[in-house]
Amino acid sequence: MIEASNLTKRYPGGLEAVKDASFRIDAGQMVLITGHSGAGKTTLVKLISTIEKPTSGSLVVNGQNLTALRRSALPHVRRHFGLVFQDQKLLFDRSALHNVLLPLQIAGLPHREAVRRAQAALDKVGLLAREKANPIALSGGEQQRLAIARAVVNRPTVLIADEPTGNLDAESATEILDLFADFHRVGVTVVVATHDQTWIERYHPNVLRLDHGRVV
Amino acid sequence: MAVWFSQHRAALVLAFLRLLASPLNTLLSLLVIGIALTLPAFGYLALDNLRDLGRNATGVQQISLFMNLDASKKDVAEIENRLRAAAAGQWRFVPRDEALKRMQANEGMAEIVASLPRNPLPDAFIVEPKNTEPEALEIMRKEIAGWPRVAHVQLDSAWVKRFDAFLRLGKLALWMLAGLFGAGLVAVTFNTIRLQVMAHAAEIEVARMIGATDGFIRRPFYYFGALQGLLGGLLAAGLILAALRLLATPVGELAALYGSTFVLRQPALGEIAAMAGLGAFLGWLGAQLSVSLSLRKFD
Repeated sequence: MIEASNLTKRYPGGLEAVKDASFRIDAGQMVLITGHSGAGKTTLVKLISTIEKPTSGSLVVNGQNLTALRRSALPHVRRHFGLVFQDQKLLFDRSALHNVLLPLQIAGLPHREAVRRAQAALDKVGLLAREKANPIALSGGEQQRLAIARAVVNRPTVLIADEPTGNLDAESATEILDLFADFHRVGVTVVVATHDQTWIERYHPNVLRLDHGRVV
Repeated sequence: MAVWFSQHRAALVLAFLRLLASPLNTLLSLLVIGIALTLPAFGYLALDNLRDLGRNATGVQQISLFMNLDASKKDVAEIENRLRAAAAGQWRFVPRDEALKRMQANEGMAEIVASLPRNPLPDAFIVEPKNTEPEALEIMRKEIAGWPRVAHVQLDSAWVKRFDAFLRLGKLALWMLAGLFGAGLVAVTFNTIRLQVMAHAAEIEVARMIGATDGFIRRPFYYFGALQGLLGGLLAAGLILAALRLLATPVGELAALYGSTFVLRQPALGEIAAMAGLGAFLGWLGAQLSVSLSLRKFD
């Protein structure tokens, strides 16, 4: 469960990207964060995933107040989230398999077990046959699926994505939507920031609409 | 514990792979570190060899004790007892008759000695003290001078003091040089690690976002710095061994011309290990400083 109260993020220079946002996302829900460009979707995703620190307000995830946590505790909290970015943030100095292995290495899993789980995640997104390929050799849709495999390999309780279909063609976007829906069906909380209306038409998720940083 | 161990092992392997990934850069860095460690380490060994040379030089650190001309055998025995009690080191007794014979043996002295009405030489002791520190030698000289029936005690303390002052000056210069080159080594590692952090910026950013701790991110860089320093230290040891091997023959020949059997001392295994350990420590220190500063921008 994610509960935000009066969450505000003010950047140096005075820009308030998120203003007094209060909302609640129950475990297992699929929630879309929508709004026009510059509405604060990406900032809200970064706040929920603890990449950004709020200027004020509180954010409670699974009963833990993230705004009160010490810096050293944040990495352990982040391991409960699976993050997918519009630009994927894949590492091009290693294979697809080694990209997916990274969260498991961070978690300290024994190598053999980590490889087994990484291959299972690649299989889930249909990329097992390309495990040895460098991400640069993958198509845009495949890269996004690889990013999803990396996000889910650690079995997160919350899958958070920022415009995951933003750079994809319609067919690839549908594949990605279906993958998110699959994870939602098995109980994973899915939070997606997007302006893609297809999500709403296909899955009728809960919607959190932002306008100039405010929840409306 | 198993997780901690496996993560350290993985970081060590990663650091090693990063060293191998750019062999030319690694080689150049190792050369800089190796040379930076070679100069003070070679200086240390040179001073140590010089100290040995000073110790081994015959007559340099001896105390000559001359008895009164009328000293009896009982007096000589008393001095022997006192030397033994003082654990003064090694000594040998030179009876006055033996001293006269030696004098006679010298060219042109036989006639002069024969013309003497009586033996003018006293009984003497030649003491080679255990402790050759100038202060200790001076204390011993004063103590012996106060013993009964001792007419004169001779110590070439000025030479010893000059030699010791030279060694102390050398040691001080060496420490300054070591400090300077140590700082150089830290700076080299600092820069190498800064470049490493820049090269792995994407990986660091992603790792942070998906839950990597500071330790997980920093560890490979620490190992990289320590490994680089360790290998630089071993390279320095290799350079020193090679230089000493080259010098051994001409130094031996020079020493033989002065009637000495002096041989250059090679660094012991412990000293090589210390050199590698010091290199590893300085490398780790440079990495620590660099990573702390470089990773701030990821916060």
